[in-house]
Amino acid sequence: MESILVLIVSSPLLGAILAGFFGSKFSKKFVHSFTIFCVFVSTSLSLYVFKYILQGNSYEYSLFTWAELGELRFEIGFLVDSLTVSMMLVVNFVSLMVHIYTIGYMHEDAGYKRFFSYISLFTFAMLMLVMSNNFLQLFFGWEAVGLVSYLLIGFWFNKETAIYANLKAFLVNRVGDLGFLLGIGLIVSATGSLNYLEIFDALSILVDQQYVLFDWWNVSLLTLISIFLFVGAMGKSAQFPLHVWLPDSMEGPTPISALIHAATMVTAGIFMVSRMSPIFELSEQALIFIMIIGSITAFFMGILGMVQNDIKKVIAYSTLSQLGYMTVALGASAYSLAMFHLITHAFFKALLFLAAGSVILGMHHEQDIRKMGGLWKHMPITWIVSLIGTLSLVGFPFFSGFYSKDLIILAVGVSSLEVAGFIHLILEAGVFITAFYSFRVFFLVFHGKPRFDSSQHAPKESKFVVIFPLIFLAIPSLFLGGLIFEPLVFSGWFDDAIFVLPNHDFLLNLNFISSDVFDFALHGFLTITFLLLCAGTLTAFLFAISYPRAAEILSFYFPKIKTILNEKYYFDKFNDWFFANGSRFVGERLFRIFDKMFIDSFLVHGTAKLVNNVAALLRLLQTGYLFHYAIAMFLAIASLLWWFIPQPI
Amino acid sequence: MSLSLIYSTFPWLSLAIWTPVVSGLFVIYLGKKSSLLSIKNIKVLSLSFSLICFFISIVPVLTFDSNIDAFQLVEKFMWLDRFNVQYFFGIDGISLWFLPLTAFITFIVILAGWDVVKKEVSLYMGSFLILSGLMKGVFSALDGLMFYLFFEATLIPMYIIIGVWGGPRRVYAAFKFFLYTFLGSVLALLAIIYLYIDSGSFSIIDWHVLPINLNIQIYVFLAFFLAFAVKIPMWPVHTWLPDAHVEAPTGGSIVLAAIMLKLGAYGFLRFSLPITPDASQFFSPVIIGISLVAVIYIGLVALVQTDMKKLVAYSSVAHMGFVSLGFFLFSILGINGAIVQMISHGFVSGAMFFSIGVLYDRMHSREIADYGGVANKMPIFSVFFVFFAMANAGLPGTSGFVGEFFVILAALETNFWLGLLSALTLILGAAYSLWLVKRVIFGEIKNENVRGLSDLNSREFILMIFLSFFVLLIGIKPDLLTNKMSVSVNRLIDQLEYGKDKSTDKLSSKKENKKVFKVNYLSKVVK
Repeated sequence: MESILVLIVSSPLLGAILAGFFGSKFSKKFVHSFTIFCVFVSTSLSLYVFKYILQGNSYEYSLFTWAELGELRFEIGFLVDSLTVSMMLVVNFVSLMVHIYTIGYMHEDAGYKRFFSYISLFTFAMLMLVMSNNFLQLFFGWEAVGLVSYLLIGFWFNKETAIYANLKAFLVNRVGDLGFLLGIGLIVSATGSLNYLEIFDALSILVDQQYVLFDWWNVSLLTLISIFLFVGAMGKSAQFPLHVWLPDSMEGPTPISALIHAATMVTAGIFMVSRMSPIFELSEQALIFIMIIGSITAFFMGILGMVQNDIKKVIAYSTLSQLGYMTVALGASAYSLAMFHLITHAFFKALLFLAAGSVILGMHHEQDIRKMGGLWKHMPITWIVSLIGTLSLVGFPFFSGFYSKDLIILAVGVSSLEVAGFIHLILEAGVFITAFYSFRVFFLVFHGKPRFDSSQHAPKESKFVVIFPLIFLAIPSLFLGGLIFEPLVFSGWFDDAIFVLPNHDFLLNLNFISSDVFDFALHGFLTITFLLLCAGTLTAFLFAISYPRAAEILSFYFPKIKTILNEKYYFDKFNDWFFANGSRFVGERLFRIFDKMFIDSFLVHGTAKLVNNVAALLRLLQTGYLFHYAIAMFLAIASLLWWFIPQPI
Repeated sequence: MSLSLIYSTFPWLSLAIWTPVVSGLFVIYLGKKSSLLSIKNIKVLSLSFSLICFFISIVPVLTFDSNIDAFQLVEKFMWLDRFNVQYFFGIDGISLWFLPLTAFITFIVILAGWDVVKKEVSLYMGSFLILSGLMKGVFSALDGLMFYLFFEATLIPMYIIIGVWGGPRRVYAAFKFFLYTFLGSVLALLAIIYLYIDSGSFSIIDWHVLPINLNIQIYVFLAFFLAFAVKIPMWPVHTWLPDAHVEAPTGGSIVLAAIMLKLGAYGFLRFSLPITPDASQFFSPVIIGISLVAVIYIGLVALVQTDMKKLVAYSSVAHMGFVSLGFFLFSILGINGAIVQMISHGFVSGAMFFSIGVLYDRMHSREIADYGGVANKMPIFSVFFVFFAMANAGLPGTSGFVGEFFVILAALETNFWLGLLSALTLILGAAYSLWLVKRVIFGEIKNENVRGLSDLNSREFILMIFLSFFVLLIGIKPDLLTNKMSVSVNRLIDQLEYGKDKSTDKLSSKKENKKVFKVNYLSKVVK
């Protein structure tokens, strides 16, 4: 088993090394075949591990010692259980599809081999992250996926917007990582271990401990730890207010938007919180915090998605909003549902991104949905898979997304947290928003009149290597949700990995009529959620097809709202002004005033001048005239005598 | 508490110290008689000398027994009978790694100056060889006066290196460098003389066990502190470093950042902490404060630099802030982290300065604004540059992460806010390193000169490979370093905890001190 796990992580690494360092020695074809083969090996081995876990086993193993200081051991190792293996399969499968897709999408790009190297490296880093059995390796994977994301957003490094976006992404992620590292540090100092299982064992003694932040301010230690760990998740999973990097990350090539910025890396935060459920469960305040952050993200980012005109931006905001849904589920202690939505979302969102990429290819690198329309007859397969992806995203019954999303909304409805009632309403409203922006894109792109000049080069369906992954992602977007609904929700597939306190358990609170998939989906047609979905779809139809001027009229009557939405609630402006310019301003002042003026000019040069001046004064004494010296000598002797000779009394 | 010495049957340390010095003098001598050897041969000769020295410096690592708490490979002879000055060398786990590091960096700078230095080649090569021998002397001296002599003697070759091959303001920079560091160490001499008078010996090991009461310790500490703080350099006595770096030739910058700054930090470990443990604890809040200022203030200042070398110089100061922070947290994690950070910084900052040198050799400019889009013309170089910048920003998997991680953990263990402030380096380090990358490596080519750049030649490529190999190795397997250090670090911690202030009237305050020192996580927890 050890060697299999090592092979699973190392084979994508091998592909990355070959493509990155020795790519120039091989043909394009060899490079992509080799990297795809490596990921394929990893995928099949993951399936093998899946079979092993399915038999009820789990596996924990430390590979080697990274360092050992005093009592503290830093190790590299693997923990494989249901949670891990689910992530492994998702990561490997989506990665494999994206690898194949890339052949078609990037074939003209000069950085073809570099791109393959990066996505293989990403696969390695992500696997390290999810398979870790300790915080050190988790943090390594955490930062390593951030590095690859940085490299890939700035893949076209001649584009000014791209290299701005990648720097921003890295720095915003680092803000999250700062919190994450603090959380890790607090755990380590409280438990004396970095190993997950050892930490979970030690939790019981920490339950009632208070941590003194100030003499007058104590907080529960576990709340502190949970909140800081979650700050890390906020960075990686782009939760408000650290969401600002994700829309900009769309500057990168589309395949990585699908792989990194939709399906896998951005869900690392969700995965991490689920993995740490024994810690989070013990802090009610942290759960409330998580739920609030998640609902803000889900709602407000969805609204921004409604007004975007770049096809990738809409999907990016949709990703933010869906990540918000997952985060709310975490807050409601429905970790398994968050994971459920993570899995279904990975497939349908990767599908939507790759389909968008196919549209972009077909439209000759046009991304503005206002310049598309009526594409369905030109690109029939892309049209169908997009429809599947969209229906799954909006949560139409019987599609994968329906099960996970509907369950999240239900679970929040019965959550015992104080804020849950209100947040339940927000999530219901979010369904309308989701339906609106998803179908708005769908209608604008595929239906209505073509708004482009089709005489010059008509859009045409993409090549087989592009279509093939789309089909393979469409299948799970359709069926996977129904397939894993029962085992995941009712049979406790995640029970060995996720810990939920009995009073937080949504299953106990929720009165299910039946755990049957078919009944549940059928019942889905009768809910308010479904009505909102239909309303959103109809509104989208209204805005996109039957009355296209509606948006203009609305923005004419509500100019303020329009500006706020166009400025994305002014977050970018504020961050640029306060953090970027602010720190440069402070740095500049410190450098000019303190370093240059005070220390250098005043202290250092001042001392030098002082020495000079004193010397100049002393020089005055040395006149060179003999009688000056004679007088000085005489006076000195006189005063010495005066001093030393005892006074006669 | 007594420290045992394990004598060496063969004078490896003397060999490691004097071989480079003698060979350096020899190279300079040959250079003066220019008829004897061509310049090319002088370079080859210097390179082979540096390789020989490197292999000699590996011997201590191989023979070092990491299970024994003792100074090893000790050589001890009476030198000046009258003052009890001894020719006394030895290494422990703390100093062990600095010998091969010094030798390795010397090899790097000699190769780095290969085609670049045109003026006085033999003097250049010879100076670096001599300098490396002297620095090894600092790291292995166990006699206080020997230490001081080596410590001061290193100034001379570096002064020459900056003064002869430096930039336009080299004279100003060389003077500033010399005076700053020299004035700092004058006080250290006073402390050394005091300790000699008090103990009757110059042996550092005797001083380690010499009981001194707190008041005296404070004076001794302060005297040493100034010398070492200037060298590290700590805020606010850091302003010589950017000037020295900017004016120094590439090789000078590499040695300065990679090794010379460590002399000061090493001084803390060898002198301040063990000789004046109580005063160290007394002053620790101040020094921790200064270190945090270095991390944050200097990080912000680094952000706004327009000169690449200045930027990296300021980032060096910030990274060395982590070193002093780690020392004065008085924990196993902190001190180990600080030492790993010192070694890692040797490679990373050396690599950064070397990369800048590569660009400078081609463009003759260090202004960031003159660059942009280098990746288009120098793809291989760009890979290395981004890698080293990431190491500079402390990316896990590179050596830059290890030390920072340990020190941040140690800081968090002591106090939450301390951890928070020190962890700000995650953001600041990434900001200045990657903003530099963005402006230099990425983007469209704006300057026509950039269009004419050629990628790394094989010599530069090999150097980059060497440097990145070690950066990765330490990042992936830091216990290669820490295993050898642990016993000596534990002994240092014991010395600190035990203290040496034996005077009765101080006993109560000392106990309090110890309590302060023991403030770790557990005492912060209220049940």
